[in-house]
Amino acid sequence: MSTATRHQTTELDRVVIRFAGDSGDGMQLTGTQFTSVSSAFGNDTATLPDFPAEIRAPAGTLAGVSAFQVHISDHDILTPGDAPSVLVAMNPAALKTNVGAVAPGGTIIVNVDAFDERAFEKANYSSNPLTDGSLVAYKVYEVPMTSLTMEVAKEAGVKPRDAERSKNFFALGLVCWLYSRPVEGTLEWIEKRFSNSPMVLDANTRAFKAGYNFGETAELFEVNYQVRPAALEPGVYTNVTGNTALAWGLIAAAHQAHLPLFLGSYPITPASDILHELSKHKHFGVRTLQAEDEIAGVGAAIGAAFGGALGVTTTSGPGADLKSESVGMAVSLELPLLVIDIQRGGPSTGLPTKTEQSDLLHAMFSRHGEAPVPIVAPMTPSHCFEVAIEAARIALKYRTPVIVLSDGYLANGAEPWRLPDPASLPDLHVDFATETNHTDDDGTPVFWPYIRDEQTLARPWAVPGTPGLEHRIGALEKQDGSGNVSYDPVNHEHMVHLRAAKVAGIARDIPLLEVDDPAGIGGAPLLILGWGSTFGAIAAGVRRLRARGLSVAHAHLVHLNPFPANLGDVLRAYDKVLVPEANLGQLAKLVRAEFLVDAHTLSKVQGVPFRAAEIEEEALEMLGVTAGATTAEEGVAS
Amino acid sequence: MTDTKVPVTTRKDWSSDQEVRWCPGCGDYSILAALQMLMPELGVRRENTVFVSGIGCAARLPYYMSTYGVHSIHGRAPAIATGLAVTRPDLDVWVITGDGDSLSIGGNHLIHALRRNVKITILLFNNQIYGLTKGQYSPTSEQGKVTKSTPFGSLDTPFNPVSLALGAEASFVARTHDMDRKHMQEMFRRAHDHDGAAFVEIYQNCNVFNDGAFEKITGRDVRADNLIPLVHGEPIRFGSEQQLGVVMDRDGRLRVAEVAEVGESALLVHDERRDEPGLAFQLSRLARGPYEPTPIGVFRAVERPEYGAAMTRQLLEANERRGPGDLAGLLASGGTWTVAG
Repeated sequence: MSTATRHQTTELDRVVIRFAGDSGDGMQLTGTQFTSVSSAFGNDTATLPDFPAEIRAPAGTLAGVSAFQVHISDHDILTPGDAPSVLVAMNPAALKTNVGAVAPGGTIIVNVDAFDERAFEKANYSSNPLTDGSLVAYKVYEVPMTSLTMEVAKEAGVKPRDAERSKNFFALGLVCWLYSRPVEGTLEWIEKRFSNSPMVLDANTRAFKAGYNFGETAELFEVNYQVRPAALEPGVYTNVTGNTALAWGLIAAAHQAHLPLFLGSYPITPASDILHELSKHKHFGVRTLQAEDEIAGVGAAIGAAFGGALGVTTTSGPGADLKSESVGMAVSLELPLLVIDIQRGGPSTGLPTKTEQSDLLHAMFSRHGEAPVPIVAPMTPSHCFEVAIEAARIALKYRTPVIVLSDGYLANGAEPWRLPDPASLPDLHVDFATETNHTDDDGTPVFWPYIRDEQTLARPWAVPGTPGLEHRIGALEKQDGSGNVSYDPVNHEHMVHLRAAKVAGIARDIPLLEVDDPAGIGGAPLLILGWGSTFGAIAAGVRRLRARGLSVAHAHLVHLNPFPANLGDVLRAYDKVLVPEANLGQLAKLVRAEFLVDAHTLSKVQGVPFRAAEIEEEALEMLGVTAGATTAEEGVAS
Repeated sequence: MTDTKVPVTTRKDWSSDQEVRWCPGCGDYSILAALQMLMPELGVRRENTVFVSGIGCAARLPYYMSTYGVHSIHGRAPAIATGLAVTRPDLDVWVITGDGDSLSIGGNHLIHALRRNVKITILLFNNQIYGLTKGQYSPTSEQGKVTKSTPFGSLDTPFNPVSLALGAEASFVARTHDMDRKHMQEMFRRAHDHDGAAFVEIYQNCNVFNDGAFEKITGRDVRADNLIPLVHGEPIRFGSEQQLGVVMDRDGRLRVAEVAEVGESALLVHDERRDEPGLAFQLSRLARGPYEPTPIGVFRAVERPEYGAAMTRQLLEANERRGPGDLAGLLASGGTWTVAG
């Protein structure tokens, strides 16, 4: 497989490719492998997997389409890209559901073997889209992927019915050629991944090579492309999804705290991968319990915390509802606990595989009574690592449950991550109580579980096994200090204020909000305030606005409860504030209530992340600028 | 954990300074007393003992023990105890619960704790009524029970807690009652010493909302003829004159018979260690309710791998196979590339 001779190679600074096919076609695998080859090649990458909730919807139907979008570039990028420039469609249904996203003038590569009457019917096409002129705005390449794959896979000795299944490797090979990807990495990966079924290994290898060679030899493609490595910061990199980074962050946090890690969890999309990942790392002393339900998952984590472990529970959507009662108990018991919520579309079962940011108010207020809980949210997939450690730091130091709000986009999306040096991670060492801390009326030294640290207002953590510190805690209101059950009205009010003050006081222990405003804080006429996974789209939108010569500020919240101490001042420094959120305006509601600012909401609840162009358009509107031709996707000139 | 150097203690050492606040005459007092008097005999330390409870009258018990304790939320005690027991196998973890707490709102946690066989000792105070919420029927109330929430009689078929526990794969199942301290202590001791999840149903009188629910079988004058003690390896025999026994008919059904009629050799010999739980289940169904001859004692006590120990073993094996966890290695485990400076 030498370099193409008959083809010109054109340099691109970036490309967005979407692989789309039936859920059984292996599109997630194809996309993931294309991403890792590109990352290893040195490109910056960002991905957006998009798959149906059904494991296998009927083949060929619109409901069964699974897609994977990847953005690769020679510079640092922030999003998986607004519009794919290349769509690989394995069947008519995949074409139909994805063609709308492709930029006009874009490239569409179809597996023409799958385009027949039956397939048109299943995809609700009344005519053949390849011939009826509906794709006139695109460059369409018709490649007989199924038949060519079957041809080479037969040589590997697999049955015709199974041979067809290697066609995603043909597609991968073809796209690897089209974008001048090195092939060795993929060949090695196939070898490793299919080592236990040599025949499949052989068939997939042949299909991959056939796809690559098809690009090179068929006179179908005029050019192929080159996307040069990006100038990333020096260091050792890996590709990581948000869920993996979160799981690793939890392991790192427990390690830094010298505590055993315990996860109580019930399988739920899209959080289950954290349970899967943590279950693999028993040699780190990680205990995982697949509980009978969501409530037991968090209950077991609280039990483990009482015994001196770093207790964690993971969930999403309706699972978060079920945990509210227990999180309220953890507020009352004042034990450290991490509650990881991988947000997905709601209400109720909603959109299990689609992303949303609609649990912010739930995290704030879902518990009855005055039950404040600190909240942190990661901005990018790799940032999940750092946020897991930060959440643990707060939980352990303040003896409180902490909610981490990730989401489906971060959970499944991947990006290159420059590995941190483990020696640079914060020390989370915890001092358990070992001594009595009070004297009874009769002079006996006793242990009172609710005597607080003056600075943090945290109560002592005395774990069973410590002689002399035997004590009972409960979810009933307790007397300040002694922890004994108390129905005294004044004490109750005092305790409500104490618990609120403890959480509010964390604001003194978190970084001030940084504002990206080249004109200095308050310099720009517009501040875009985001939280969580909108980071990439907002930052890319801001780049585009600045490329137009406009002055725009961006600030992104990681700590959502309490807010950074300077948030009010920052908000008041700007005439206009825009808050893009994948909900109906939950953060905007909080900052309006807290700071009386006229925050403007940009809402999107389509189960997919914001596009940079959407941020740009809304900002232009607020700035009163008439939108002209849009600039390069992320504001970096081609 | 037994320890030869465990200090000698008395009931007083195991009693907290909190005033006990159950209604005067409540059966819970005798259960608490049985437990506090038993603790010094178990060879355990206070600091290594944890009582976990949910919600209900019984759930207040941990406050009265001078050990570690968690008075948690309704029905969740088995889940909380599971997390504690699997991360701290060095502790003795007890769950104190009631018929509403663990057969209604917390039913799921109870059955899964039993099937997992986590080392926790579960004492279920069954008074067949909701006491704390002032007198509604419970999942063990007899059908037709008239209460505040069922003025025309309850429609629900009650649970038989022992049958339920056996069906949930419990490895230790016993029943006792609040009128017999010695029997309670024997059952609690056996349950505590069992390596796995142990379930003890305690018939407990609620003298305010369901007084006399067990009077027909636990009353002093009727007890001998209505409680059937199960003793491992012994023929199942009872009655003031030992005149009654349990036999298996040809169709496989169990029934109470006069020993004089069937002969001593026809009596069923109790075997709590039978791997197959069918006979224990049949014994649990012998009485239709606590108003006719009812077996008490250990129904089932079999050895099955304890969950926490099995989990610990997996950790040790992983550690042996892969060495202790190394963070840098973990972060690089997905494959890396280097960007040169």
